[in-house]
Amino acid sequence: MTNLNYQEKIPNNVDLGTDLSLQRALEHWQPKFKNWWTEMGPEGFQASDVYLRTATSVDSDGWATYGKVKMPEYRWGIFLNDKVEDRKIHFGDNIGKPVWQQVPGDYRSILRRLIVTQGDTEPASVEQQRELGKTCPSLFDLRNLFQVNVEEGRHLWAMVYLLHAYFGRDGREEAEALLERNSGDVDNPRILGTFNEPITDWVSFFMFTYFTDRDGKYQLKSLAESSFDPLARTCQFMLTEEAHHMQVGETGITRMIQRTLEVMNELKTDSIDAIRNAGAIDLQTIQRYINFWFSSSLDLFGSEISSNSATAFANGLKGRPDEMRYEDHSEKNSTFTFDGLSLENTIETQTIPMRNAMNEITRRAYVTDCEVGLKRWNRLIKKSGYNIELKLPSTRFRRNIGIWAGVDVSPEGQLITKNEYDKSLGAWLPSENDKEFINSLMVQVTKINKTAGWIASPNRGINNMDIGYEYVNLKK
Amino acid sequence: MITFDREPDTYKHWKVDINENRATLFLDVSEKDGIKPGYDLKLNSYDLGVDIELNDIVQRIRFEHPKVKVVVITSNQEKNFSAGANIYMLGQSEHTWKVNFCKFTNETRNGFEDSSYTGSIKFIAAVNGICAGGGYEVALACDEILLVDDRSSTVSLPEVPLLGVLPGTGGVTRLIDKRKVRKDIADIFCTNADGVRGKKAVDWKLVDYIAPPSKFDDLINERVSKVTASVKLRNGENGIKLKALNRNITNEGIDYDTIKARINREDRIANIHIIGPKSVDVIDINEVIKMGSNWWALKFARELEDLILLLRTNELEVGVLTITSEGSTDDILSVTSILEDNKNVWFINEITGLLRRTLSRLDMSSRSIFTIIDNNSCFSGLLAELLFAADRTYMLNNSMSPENTKGPFITLSDINFISLEMVNGLSRLATRFNNDEPKLNALHKIVGKKLNAEEAFEEELITIIPDDLDWNEEIRLSVEERTSFSPDALTGLEANLRFPGKETCETKIFGRLTAWQNWIFNRPNAVSEKGALKLFGTGSRAKFDNKRV
Repeated sequence: MTNLNYQEKIPNNVDLGTDLSLQRALEHWQPKFKNWWTEMGPEGFQASDVYLRTATSVDSDGWATYGKVKMPEYRWGIFLNDKVEDRKIHFGDNIGKPVWQQVPGDYRSILRRLIVTQGDTEPASVEQQRELGKTCPSLFDLRNLFQVNVEEGRHLWAMVYLLHAYFGRDGREEAEALLERNSGDVDNPRILGTFNEPITDWVSFFMFTYFTDRDGKYQLKSLAESSFDPLARTCQFMLTEEAHHMQVGETGITRMIQRTLEVMNELKTDSIDAIRNAGAIDLQTIQRYINFWFSSSLDLFGSEISSNSATAFANGLKGRPDEMRYEDHSEKNSTFTFDGLSLENTIETQTIPMRNAMNEITRRAYVTDCEVGLKRWNRLIKKSGYNIELKLPSTRFRRNIGIWAGVDVSPEGQLITKNEYDKSLGAWLPSENDKEFINSLMVQVTKINKTAGWIASPNRGINNMDIGYEYVNLKK
Repeated sequence: MITFDREPDTYKHWKVDINENRATLFLDVSEKDGIKPGYDLKLNSYDLGVDIELNDIVQRIRFEHPKVKVVVITSNQEKNFSAGANIYMLGQSEHTWKVNFCKFTNETRNGFEDSSYTGSIKFIAAVNGICAGGGYEVALACDEILLVDDRSSTVSLPEVPLLGVLPGTGGVTRLIDKRKVRKDIADIFCTNADGVRGKKAVDWKLVDYIAPPSKFDDLINERVSKVTASVKLRNGENGIKLKALNRNITNEGIDYDTIKARINREDRIANIHIIGPKSVDVIDINEVIKMGSNWWALKFARELEDLILLLRTNELEVGVLTITSEGSTDDILSVTSILEDNKNVWFINEITGLLRRTLSRLDMSSRSIFTIIDNNSCFSGLLAELLFAADRTYMLNNSMSPENTKGPFITLSDINFISLEMVNGLSRLATRFNNDEPKLNALHKIVGKKLNAEEAFEEELITIIPDDLDWNEEIRLSVEERTSFSPDALTGLEANLRFPGKETCETKIFGRLTAWQNWIFNRPNAVSEKGALKLFGTGSRAKFDNKRV
């Protein structure tokens, strides 16, 4: 196959056309990926033409090329941000030494583990979301779902490229295993627990893209600092696409709230029953979904006190998001103080080595980022004249990993008795009744220019196209 | 003070489910309940406290649940079987603590195999999540290892690449000796921190069977019923309740019903004084079962085990153990023959097993042992083992004494030839004579014969036989001399002299593996401020002294 053909088949900037061993590896893997996409990708729309963005190069023109394409024919490409000449390691114990263009033997297994764990989440979310097309609120949203899906697929490609190009036989085996594990499969589940829960309604989808994909953003930001240069450059490019996914989440939640406020204003009521009867979602229910998704996404950052995170930082494998914002990039003797849990189960100030606190530092940056959307939504609510405020629950609430795992904490962050916790948990999280109500709203709307009644229409289209453009051609 | 006896309602780290002939042990380590402060027991990692409970659980199953034929060890934590010994605990511990911790955990693991090989319970590890280091070493001590094949659960021995130490609880030895993993595969396995999963783990003989999560319970059931069929001596109906030990700890010593121990810290000596069985203990087997944990032999075994563990852990500077006894030679011989005549009764098999393992603990105690036979002694039958466990024996020679020309006596019994084997697989007598068959045959001919000091000396069963005039001074001098030597040199000397002849998996674990591990535990590459064990978890890399020694 010629160089040109390769560029056509797998858009790339890694010189795939001349790298025979990489070609062989990817040719072996690509058919399996296509099978996986057909079996586990979006259900019922494989033959539809979808208006999608494809990355064909990393420059400002190339990263977003739009056009209609059938998803199985999507050109999943391999892109790394351009190389910075003479890039030096900028954190940990090896500051000032050149970054690595090959995997150092000592870090082979830990780097492989980082890449596999990151890679495993990408196809997982496609699998989790495969049924959502059946209940899309509009063609615009349907298209956004598929855009997110194909890009998660591309992110899988990006990780597989690293495994194939830098990790030899073990890397190839791991790349295959990424397709063999499936979300929710009892026998071969995805690595991280959150990625094994199916996402069956669009409220959860928007919450997932707002909260859980944002965890992905922070993981990528940490890896974008890596001293393993190909990993850093890959993640830097992925971040551009990840930002769009969060945009889908943020605008999705905004439009739900807008619709709710419209109904409240029309009916001049804040009665939950009245809002629900009018087919919109009351803000209290939205708050419960926020409580659920925020708290489960926090677990993805790992334990507050972590030896793995210290190892990854000290060795320059994984930095803090936006590492250059910090003053000390070694943090060898510095400490981190936070509110921890004492042996007597009270909240007490604890001081630990800074390097062991890297998960918590990343989590805090994430929380600050999450708050931006909340501020916007509360402004909207206030402007409509209502005195309701959406809030992020405490980072101690409902945790399954870390020092707060299994500790009974209220959304406000107070330690409470098990009895109180069990009694109130139903009121803090989506109830069966809430889920039934949300499911009752999930009816597919695919008419041009129409949007389901529980969510406001988007205020602008994709790539300057009209809102009424037929983003997905269903009749095929 | 660290103690080793536990009651089931105090377990913090294990849940036990007993269902007919199967006991399932769920490991669920309570993070905040370490036996010492300073570390959290994350990821089902364990410390001495977790292992003390395991030892107690298995002991109680042996005696209190005689229907149980198979013990299944598994985890209650999702996706996580066990991360092994807690690294922070090892990192902060003194050398002596690490050694005693490893010794005790080794003995618990060996105890699984001891039971399995002698007709008692068998063990299956149902590895339902990540299983690393010491966690895998627990599995290696089981008869079978089942691994869930969920594409992420692995078994691994990451000690060398991650910590700069060895898998020191039998890991390396059982890999190549017991499971017969080829040495080059073992080399790859022991240097790869990631571990091996699924089919490859079976191909490499690291585990016996795999099944996907949905079929894992079926696999466990299938293997339990297969393994159950091979268990010979678990045929009891009613269990024997292990009552709490009657123990009194004072500043001067530790007293039980059958043992009074006196500790002289200034001279660094402890005297273990055994009170032999009485006529109430000489009864038929049905009466023995009725007496249960009050019967002398079981009580003695439990008390001796407890005492050895307490001395080891809490009296580090006591270097010489003198063992003395009082009682009737006839009664101890009668109690011994109850053990010999009822080998196929599950309860007797379990008592013999406990005696065997307890005497092995004594062999492994890193203390000089002098057994002293004076006028009131009853070192016959099973108590004669304490003569052969000793580094030296002193027997009072009364042949010149005007008053008492008859005793004291010792008498051999069958049990000294079979049933109480050391970790090298040989009886203490066979070890004493380096398996010299003509000599052992000759000794077997004098089973039941009362031997006085001169006769016993003639048969090479005793080291020194001072007469009544020299007796006290001779013993005082020997003990004082002993306590003046380097404790390290003595431990090394004794560990070498006590085990002549062939090697077994266990002698390799206690000899080769433990000795290397303890050397590594003392080296800067592991334990200096820049050593791998010390730095684990801080993120910093170890700075090695790269000279190969």
